[in-house]
Amino acid sequence: MKTVQEPRPAGQGIRQSMSDLHTWVGLLLGWVLYAMFLTGTVAYFKDELSQWMRPELAHQTELPDQAVVAQRIADELGTVAPGSPQWSMRLPDGRNNSVYAFWRTATGTPGQRGFGEANFDPATGQKVTARDTLGGDFFYRFHFQFHYMPVIWGRWIAGVAAMFMLVAIVSGVITHKKIFVDFFTFRWGKGQRSWLDAHNAVSVFGLPFHFMITYTGLVTLMALYMPWGEQAAFKTPAERQQLNAELSAFIQPGKPSGQAAPLASVEAMVRQAQERWGRDNVGRVTATHPGDAAARVAVARGEAGRVSMSPQYLEFEGTTGRLLAVHEGVGAAAETRGVLYALHLGRFSDSVTRWLYFLVSLAGTAMVGTGLVMWIVKRRQKLPDPERPHVGFHIVERLNIVTIAGLSVAMTGFLWANRLLPQDLVARANWEIHVFFIVWLLTLAHAVLRPAKKAWVEQLWAATALLALLPILNAVTTQRPLWHSLVEGDWVFAGTDLMCWVLAGLHAALAIRTARHRPKLRSTRKPSREPVTTSATLRKGEA
Amino acid sequence: MISVAGRVRNVGPLLSRIAAALFGGYALAALASVAVLALPMSKPQAVLTGMLASFAIYAGAVIWVFAVRSALRAWTGLLVVAAPLLLAAWSVW
Repeated sequence: MKTVQEPRPAGQGIRQSMSDLHTWVGLLLGWVLYAMFLTGTVAYFKDELSQWMRPELAHQTELPDQAVVAQRIADELGTVAPGSPQWSMRLPDGRNNSVYAFWRTATGTPGQRGFGEANFDPATGQKVTARDTLGGDFFYRFHFQFHYMPVIWGRWIAGVAAMFMLVAIVSGVITHKKIFVDFFTFRWGKGQRSWLDAHNAVSVFGLPFHFMITYTGLVTLMALYMPWGEQAAFKTPAERQQLNAELSAFIQPGKPSGQAAPLASVEAMVRQAQERWGRDNVGRVTATHPGDAAARVAVARGEAGRVSMSPQYLEFEGTTGRLLAVHEGVGAAAETRGVLYALHLGRFSDSVTRWLYFLVSLAGTAMVGTGLVMWIVKRRQKLPDPERPHVGFHIVERLNIVTIAGLSVAMTGFLWANRLLPQDLVARANWEIHVFFIVWLLTLAHAVLRPAKKAWVEQLWAATALLALLPILNAVTTQRPLWHSLVEGDWVFAGTDLMCWVLAGLHAALAIRTARHRPKLRSTRKPSREPVTTSATLRKGEA
Repeated sequence: MISVAGRVRNVGPLLSRIAAALFGGYALAALASVAVLALPMSKPQAVLTGMLASFAIYAGAVIWVFAVRSALRAWTGLLVVAAPLLLAAWSVW
């Protein structure tokens, strides 16, 4: 019996050891990585998805003047969050038709920090009355911190997975002898070889991207993963603040004076920022201690027009509106970090670049998916009895189904829940998320109960059906059916609906290929074993 | 049948390598991220440089651990790199 590989004898080639490393590192967190990749891919369109999930908010045909909107929301925040030591709003832009704001709540006990958040209608300044949903932000947040657990745990899991990914990429490249020749090689219908070629094609095609996205993903949360330098270097909060100023345009509230004084015109402050960066290129307005004589306001530059997340903002004295400082540059390392961060998020993208991000990121998802499937395909040939695989094989096989096919079903289920859950349901946004996980659990149960191949095919067809019917559900349950959005030129809605059909087509193609697939139980290179294969297939067919 | 001792002999080096990769690699990366502070640059920039580079060092350490011929060599390599880093880190902590 030789089911587990013996430890590598000394002197074995580096390619073999890197191949083993690649296989096991890739497998161990492969399922987590697949989910991170797919939700992250979709999150490139999170703002559009959020708009689609709040159909009550009208299609934004023309971008409102950000200065006027900022004043309107600042006034509203004065009543929604009175006495707040800090609020911050993201102004509407080409991709957002609402203003997202969060604020620290005024609490009596110092050190205790509560937060409030809401979306506001830029036209009225009132809280958005649309259905309660997390929108595309659910996929975005799930992508790096998962759900049903403290966010710190989730972020650590994501970090470990990303580190495994980085090692898998590097070891995968070393494993690869003929990286370019293999890229142009494709052997269709050859079982394991085809899977290997597919895996190579999607991996090599996007290799610079996959490497970049993995490394920059680690960079986004590097202060959490590698806090040691910071702890060694800075002993006081003031010193630490020096570092924060290099990273973020959020100004921190100092001590309030205790003297009440109204906030000067926020509109005038945003006007100055518009003169500097352009009419539609103001990103965020943050105020500390608004209503107090010590108030400060920071108006930050938008994300379009430069590939960096390093802070650029104008700082104003809150009560007079006097420009205190222009923050436009940070140190070299901070700027490097800002560029890497921006490369990961891709928020600087115009729509063509964003589609490229989406496609190559989808290739990354396929890289992880084909890798997971290959593990199974490779081992199935070596099984002593394919009808009764060992338990490890069984677990990997089922987890692959749930992760790859099941996740598509669950993610689409989330969008169905957005359209079907009653508007007045308590904690409705949470219920959309519960539905996502309930559907995912159901696919797990299904994958365990059904034969593997049937489970694959059925779940892929389920995803196909849910995706294909979603635009129809949208047409029935909202005032914004596809034909309407096409006529209106509402590409957020039309694009989402049409994309559902494209993805339905993709899943249907996968379902058909999987259904037609006949696994080769023995290597075809040994024709003497052929009769065994045929009889095994026959037996399977009779059963 | 393989005896328990034989099993340990077989699996031991592999487990040792896994530990070297997971924990040794992280320790080395963390150490490097502190050692950077000894470089002649401003503190915030040095801190960020250390953080940015740490993941490359971690990944490199993991590759090293599995690329070399024996677990002993893997650990030795990590320690050889760690020694000067420790000196540098010591000077700034």
